[in-house]
Amino acid sequence: MAKEKVFMVVIGLVIGALAAILVVMGNPGNMGFCIACFLRDITGALGFHRAGAVQYMRPEIIGLVIGAFAAASSAGEFKSRGGSSTLVRFFLGMFMMIGALVFLGCPLRDILRIGGGDLNAVVGLAGFIGGVLLGVFFLKRGFDLGAARNDKQSQFGGYFLIAIAVLLLLVLVSGINFNPEAGGPLFFSKEGPGSMHAPLWIALGAGLVVGFLAQKARLCLSGGFRDFFLIRETGLLLAYLGIFVGVLVLNIYFGNFHLGFADQPVAHSNHIFNFLGLFLVGLSAVLLGGCPLRQIVLGSEGDTDATVSVLGMVAGAALAHNFMLAASPKGTTPWGEIAVVVGIIVVSAIGWAYREVES
Amino acid sequence: MQTLDVKGLSCPLPVIKTKKVLDSGVNELEVQGSGNTAKQNVSRFARTRGFKVELVSESGGEWTMLLTKAK
Repeated sequence: MAKEKVFMVVIGLVIGALAAILVVMGNPGNMGFCIACFLRDITGALGFHRAGAVQYMRPEIIGLVIGAFAAASSAGEFKSRGGSSTLVRFFLGMFMMIGALVFLGCPLRDILRIGGGDLNAVVGLAGFIGGVLLGVFFLKRGFDLGAARNDKQSQFGGYFLIAIAVLLLLVLVSGINFNPEAGGPLFFSKEGPGSMHAPLWIALGAGLVVGFLAQKARLCLSGGFRDFFLIRETGLLLAYLGIFVGVLVLNIYFGNFHLGFADQPVAHSNHIFNFLGLFLVGLSAVLLGGCPLRQIVLGSEGDTDATVSVLGMVAGAALAHNFMLAASPKGTTPWGEIAVVVGIIVVSAIGWAYREVES
Repeated sequence: MQTLDVKGLSCPLPVIKTKKVLDSGVNELEVQGSGNTAKQNVSRFARTRGFKVELVSESGGEWTMLLTKAK
């Protein structure tokens, strides 16, 4: 048991350190990794939204998918499966993304932000824990999206996400521009967070390592708090403690630690919506069975329901930027605030409505 | 002996359902599930509750395990 816990902390330390290094290599501040932000950047690179400052084909995400796929395959854990309220999961993924883009980060980036001294992220973490607690309430009430089935006919469906990742990598490396007159796709930001990135192969390599480790550790921050509240299990939280310590130590070493609320990189100080944004993420993540990172890892293991929730996140990113829901360092937008409140209501309704059927 | 089917359920439902049955006071439970994550989570949880865990069968990603209250 103790060995397992040490393993979790070490995995966390490695991921935290890699995140700090990616920032030094060119990624935006406190954004060595951010599943929500990077999926949003990819959505923009594909032209599904037109926010010019946040468009880049993030190799970290491609690496995550391939790394997690490699880890799952080598352990015999890749299995095409799905069929558990798939459409509901699409919308949960969508709302999870909207919450993350109002806060400006997924749970992983929240921890990285705290490790950079960003106190707004502490407010976000409190909201996240609140959302997880509401999710746990629904779980205790019998929340259940139904059982998925192993695909017996073919493993084909499970490979879609892997194929998409490989295809995106090929398009990125080849430099193909599908519509030169329009400037893309792929679109690449010339300024703003989307223009800031570590070199392609370093970002890809870091993604591969993190994907591999995240699959092995079943890394998931919502799962960490959820399991602690439900069954006092601390393994996943220890991994996030490792991430926090890893990124904190290297941030201090590189001079990237700045304690405070004001002037934090890619962050705003609307406390209410930092809290509620990650509240929505925490709640959606518990109902989905995992945070944004875990959804990508599960998808890479052949879980097609998780892949659909990732597609929901991509749709959420497009909505968030096309309809002015996403926040920016200047703050939140009225539309974004409405969307978060509506999201919390809709996701709570899902949590209330889906209960196990006694057989 | 009671049996419990947790195949295909998202985390943490396999553990929650197992917990529910174990809390009802059974000394022996057969759990059928799928995937390594659920297998590890259910067996880890059962051990913390003082149950002996025995993997009865495993094939095609599906498994059956026997939880017995340790004397």
